Amino acid sequence: MKKPIIKVEKAAIKQNNAGSSRRKFLKMGGLAVAGSGLLLYSCSDDDDVMGPVIGDVFDLGSGDLGILNYAYALEQLEAAFYTNVLDGSYWAGASAEEKLILEDLYKHEVIHREFFKAAITGAVNGDTSLVLPELEFDFSGVDFGNRDSVLGTASVLEDTGVAAYNGAGKLLTTPEYLVLAGKIVSVEARHASAIRSIFLSDDTAFAGDDVIDSNGLDPAKSPSEILAAVGATGFVKTEFTANQLPS
Amino acid sequence: MNIIKFLDEFTSDNLNKKMSSRREVFSTLGSLSKKAALVAVPFGLATSSSKAYAAQDMDAAVSALQLALTLEYLEAEFYMMALASGVLPSGRPESVYSQISKHENQHVAFLTAGLEGAGVEPVGKPTFDFTVGGMFDPFDDNNSGQEVAYAQLLALAQAFEDTGVRAYKGQAGNLMGTDFLTPALQIHSVEAKHASEIRRLRAMVAGETLNPDALGWITLDNRGPGMPEATQAVYDGEENVVQGGVNLVDATGFDAVAVSQSYDEPMTGETASTIAGLFIVS
Repeated sequence: MKKPIIKVEKAAIKQNNAGSSRRKFLKMGGLAVAGSGLLLYSCSDDDDVMGPVIGDVFDLGSGDLGILNYAYALEQLEAAFYTNVLDGSYWAGASAEEKLILEDLYKHEVIHREFFKAAITGAVNGDTSLVLPELEFDFSGVDFGNRDSVLGTASVLEDTGVAAYNGAGKLLTTPEYLVLAGKIVSVEARHASAIRSIFLSDDTAFAGDDVIDSNGLDPAKSPSEILAAVGATGFVKTEFTANQLPS
Repeated sequence: MNIIKFLDEFTSDNLNKKMSSRREVFSTLGSLSKKAALVAVPFGLATSSSKAYAAQDMDAAVSALQLALTLEYLEAEFYMMALASGVLPSGRPESVYSQISKHENQHVAFLTAGLEGAGVEPVGKPTFDFTVGGMFDPFDDNNSGQEVAYAQLLALAQAFEDTGVRAYKGQAGNLMGTDFLTPALQIHSVEAKHASEIRRLRAMVAGETLNPDALGWITLDNRGPGMPEATQAVYDGEENVVQGGVNLVDATGFDAVAVSQSYDEPMTGETASTIAGLFIVS
């Protein structure tokens, strides 16, 4: 039986190859992109572009705004994924406990998404040109009728969310935003634990040695690491850039 | 430092006052230490730079870590005694407690090393009483029977883990701008993973896996079925549905149950100290 993780990895190789040409392209364009947080920027028309490459592609922005837009992108991804899960045949026929857990995760991620939309819009005084637009997603690589595919993908997304928030905390300069990120990341961690617990047979998988290090610490990853991994899934269709985020 | 004295002195009021000046000092130091590539101690806070800290500012971050260490001592000893008690069934319960026990021991070692690396003497390990003067019998020392003891082991574990999550979150602001912040966040999310699993294990044992108050996440301020009333302080305030000034029930159309589940709330150092203090004899 094919697991989604395998599909993700396959996609990762493909995207990584594309990534190097993207970096090269950016260098040629004269942009200083430390660590290249660029996500899914199409390079198909490399030769036609001179000077600024951004054009009408949304950039997450800098400082706290950039981090909030980054979190908003991740929450959009999670919310869209669970929306598809609840429309799928696996969920419809799942055990009562798994149905309840996945339905809760759907609600939580939609609530997180709507929070970021409202909070960012408020923070920029309604200037929607600074708010990440609604992204389009392509989940054709996930079989929503298959338990392994659904729970495997969910587990990757939740682990990614935890590592992303843990890594982003130190980049925030406003204490209130740090606390808000903290309020969300522990719920993502509760999700990750529950999904891994129902999905994997190892009784220690909820906080497994494959994720947590020998100091008992969860991963903390930079935006560029996270966006590269997310880009590699192939789930995000809408192009955007993260050129002003710290690597 | 004496643990009781430390807990008595620990008030969030004192810690929150100096926020802006402390952040300035820490962020300056943070960039200095990056340039010097100081990586010898886990937290990257080299002792040679410690004189750059104003004493007051240093105190807030250090106090946050001392509180964290105190909570980790409590958890580490609790899980060690739980595993030694013979109360835990083999299989999933024992495996879950073993895994958590390992992490809590690692957290004690990590925080101890971090404080020592910063030139600070870590608080000593307190003497704990997990029976709270005979109110509980989680290790079946008083022959309450395995079933009763096991239920209490699960209830106490849930209370400790949910407290840990809230307590670390409450200290994040005091660590802002320091190299302690990221490791503290990395522990914080591990505590949340523990909390989720303990809650779900407890629900399974109690046959409550479909009870909305017994999921991996916290619903409103409900402590959940079978939790002793004495643990209510762990959950007070979790019913919040307004985040960053946005009422998320109004903004999303989801009910307060779902909205409150979506966010864990911080806990002040004072509250965390009070809760931990219930189990500390000296």
